Amino acid sequence: MTVIAAGLLIVALAAAAGALGGACAPARIRALLAGLLTALSGAGGITAGVAALSGQSWSMRLPHLLPLGSAELSVDPLSGAFLVIIGAVAVAAGVYSVGYTAPGGSHPTDDIEPAHETVPDAGGAASRTCQATLPLFVASMLLVPAAASVTTLLLTWELMALSSLVLVLADHRSRGSVRDAALWYAGMTHAGLAAILVGLVLFAGGTGGESFVSLREGADTLSPGLRSAVFVLTFLGFGSKAGMVPLHVWLPRAHAESPSHVSALMSAAMVNLGVYGVVRVAFDLLGGGPRWWGVLVLAFGCLSATYGVLQATVATDLKRLLGYSTSENVGLMLIGIGAAGIFAADGNRPLAGLLLAAAVLHAANHAAFKALLFLGAGSVLRATGLRDLDRLGGLAARMPATTAMFGFAALAAAALPPGNGFVSEWLLLQGLIHSLTLGGTPSVIVAVSMPLAVAVVALTAGLGAAAFVKAFAVGFLARPRSDAAASASEGPWPMRAAMASMLLVCLTLGLAPALAGAPLTRILAMLPTVRDGAPLAGSGVTLHLAGIAGSMSPLLIAAGLLGVAAVVVALVRSVGARRPRRVALVWGCGGTRLDPRMEYTATSFAEPLMRVFDDVLRPEHDVTVTPYAESRYLVESVQFRQRVPDRVEARIYPPLLAAAAWWGDRSRAVANGSVHRYLAYGFFGFVAVLIVVGFTA
Amino acid sequence: MTDHGVTIGSVAAALLQLVLLAAGAPYLIGMMRQVRARLEGRVGAGIGQPWRDLRKQLRKEPMRPDGTSWVFAGAPRVLLASTVLVAVVAPLLSTVSPLAGAADIFAVVSLLLLGTVALAVAGVDTGTAFGGMGASRAMTVAALAEPTILLAGFALSSRVGSSNLADIVAGTLVMPATVLSPASLLAAVAFAVVVVAETGRLPVDNPATHLELTMIHEAMVLEYAGPDLALVELAAGMRLTVLLGLGASLFLPWGIATSAAPLSLLGAAAVLVAKVAALGAILAAFEVFVAKWRLFRVPELLAGSFLFGLLAVSASFFLA
Repeated sequence: MTVIAAGLLIVALAAAAGALGGACAPARIRALLAGLLTALSGAGGITAGVAALSGQSWSMRLPHLLPLGSAELSVDPLSGAFLVIIGAVAVAAGVYSVGYTAPGGSHPTDDIEPAHETVPDAGGAASRTCQATLPLFVASMLLVPAAASVTTLLLTWELMALSSLVLVLADHRSRGSVRDAALWYAGMTHAGLAAILVGLVLFAGGTGGESFVSLREGADTLSPGLRSAVFVLTFLGFGSKAGMVPLHVWLPRAHAESPSHVSALMSAAMVNLGVYGVVRVAFDLLGGGPRWWGVLVLAFGCLSATYGVLQATVATDLKRLLGYSTSENVGLMLIGIGAAGIFAADGNRPLAGLLLAAAVLHAANHAAFKALLFLGAGSVLRATGLRDLDRLGGLAARMPATTAMFGFAALAAAALPPGNGFVSEWLLLQGLIHSLTLGGTPSVIVAVSMPLAVAVVALTAGLGAAAFVKAFAVGFLARPRSDAAASASEGPWPMRAAMASMLLVCLTLGLAPALAGAPLTRILAMLPTVRDGAPLAGSGVTLHLAGIAGSMSPLLIAAGLLGVAAVVVALVRSVGARRPRRVALVWGCGGTRLDPRMEYTATSFAEPLMRVFDDVLRPEHDVTVTPYAESRYLVESVQFRQRVPDRVEARIYPPLLAAAAWWGDRSRAVANGSVHRYLAYGFFGFVAVLIVVGFTA
Repeated sequence: MTDHGVTIGSVAAALLQLVLLAAGAPYLIGMMRQVRARLEGRVGAGIGQPWRDLRKQLRKEPMRPDGTSWVFAGAPRVLLASTVLVAVVAPLLSTVSPLAGAADIFAVVSLLLLGTVALAVAGVDTGTAFGGMGASRAMTVAALAEPTILLAGFALSSRVGSSNLADIVAGTLVMPATVLSPASLLAAVAFAVVVVAETGRLPVDNPATHLELTMIHEAMVLEYAGPDLALVELAAGMRLTVLLGLGASLFLPWGIATSAAPLSLLGAAAVLVAKVAALGAILAAFEVFVAKWRLFRVPELLAGSFLFGLLAVSASFFLA
């Protein structure tokens, strides 16, 4: 038995045992059992993935397992990368869930004043259903990249969607918004599934086989029109799962409303599978395509990155902010993939390889820091019952470990050194820079699209920094802005342990990215239009780009920062007065009695940027002035409300939903409830199919 | 390509550059204040005043405002550390760098942003309205200036096919005509606006103001006193010096040593001092004639420079 097979066997067995334990075990040990077995399942995924990335491969065919065809599994380096990413997030989320679902946390409800008024309980995530579903969700996610036939892929994909839907619904009893979010999620994920299904069925129909091997062999025989149809359909389907704008509407809702370890799994692991699907179908199964495919992906990437970061900048709900930032990061990955597609179509392999490697590395980096951010947000939520940044604050003294770890993850998410997000954005920029010197005379498409892509990456870098300064500084520092925040304390230790493991992954990826060089090369080697030599090389300290003048050493930067800071501290000690720090009153320009209400909130922090991007975001203001009864010139109270509606959603979706409702109304005339009539439909429908088959066969 | 590597010469060059920047930054600030004072008809405090201020502040008792966390105390150190690191790796004196792995234009820009972010986070940490206001404004300016400087860097580096600063400067030294290319000129304009915005000079921010509602940088650092304030002031001065020096290196690279020979380094040091002093004097003289803009007109300026940056990148592609 190979290592990969053993790893996948662990995935399946641990998940089955975890589901059983979650469903049947007594409440006391349920969380422990389900959480640890979920983590074990994830560890199996890491094992299989690492083996695949180190060059092993494995495939298996179970002929009669599935009703419509055989179950086929196969693990290659590309699957391996995503197995490792998902497995690592699953380990952290599993361990975290043990603490998160323990009794004693505050969970928000529909009440106006959340937290302390409600009875502290373990929340919906501690229910039998959710505990049993968590391992199944992880296992189905781990099986998606291992699937090697259309039927297997679709089945695991749907299992993943359904199990995550159950988890999103965890708190549906206490909050109406959960039901709303789940409805959006269910609708979007099934629309996406339909697109993928049609695309892959067309593909399989054209090539005469549904296993990935026969798809790969037959891809060249398809007509260009059919190839493009397959690509566009699967791209839209996978893109909706990845949270690509304008198909992102489910994402900020579902990620905000689900239990936090589930948010982490969805945002850091599941979303990446959309990216996996795009790479798998476009670069591997279809074997690359014309240039406009790349332009399409690049355009959607630019849109997602810009819109996602703008919404994140003005968001005041911590988990919504993180959700929009996921759309932004998926946008960056799609920019890499799209640019790689353009250069691959031009035959410029070194650049295509570099950009695709940057996209895959960014998927890993994003998974690490986003998992940590969501877990941190979950700890805050559990301690305070709050997601609203305007009411948080003061956590640095009350939850020091969570604050420090969230702070580092925020640094990484803002793409600043020494965080790991910086490394992959640097790689992406390197790929775009060299489009001029390595590409010969740039074609018009390259000359138009690359500067725009660079502008988008640059804009996300700046606005992302503002968004995460807001999330960290307003959410965790200064004085608590509510009683709930003032009485926060650290949760059970498994939560901190899980966050620390993700922090370790962030640090490793951030300081020694050269470790990813060999695995990335193996991934690129299996893609026909991209493969060419090693994109990354390095001694572990410095990252070199093969064939391209570019090197950077994140470790050197981090060591330099630490070293200089140490020297500065020592110099200040020796030059300055050697006295201990005295705690003094805050000066505040003479304001002696500082009230938390005087502090800047997340809304006020983002106000200047909101004003700058007013035309894009169109915030809705609502000011109510209530005068005293005696005189209308004496104001008793002023209420200010601001909402930033998702404009993409408000513009595109109402007409679509109205059309669907209209269609439903119309069909009521045909479906009047009479069983006779339905039986007649069935009969005539079947006869019609038989006639069509009889004439075409 | 320039040679990178840790040699005695390159280390000496980097150290000389650091000492020059650290010692010269307060004098540059003093000189700029003096220029302004003289043009405004005042006597001025002399160019040594910032150093005297620093010495005084360093000897005071360190303070911690009630309710602040480790972030408040750590921020000045992070700010100074990131600035010093940039001051070591930027090719201001010579194109031989001992730390080529960090002399990347994107790394340098990110390090500068890291300093801004550290100070903004500390501003919010004070829990005062002014701290939050300054942080919010500083991040707004940084969020809009950052893309511009990345675009300018992109336009410059795509020409030589490397984002290493030393390679860019060396490339310009080999082909001096590229300084007058459209891409380079447009990038220079964008870069100039960014320098003004990032270092808090007029018309974006008034370094001499202490009128609360108009401040950006000063509002953020309002709670700092004593040694912490000294670190912030020194770092702010060094950032201005480094950015002016970087502008001089990227757009007027003549005089930069291409080897680590002692004599050429000394010559380069003299040229650097002259260039930075001239740029500082021009900036100070310019400040005499402009008023601070309304805060909400600043984004217009930055959006304009972003457009220049985009034009620079496009020019480097279409006019390649």
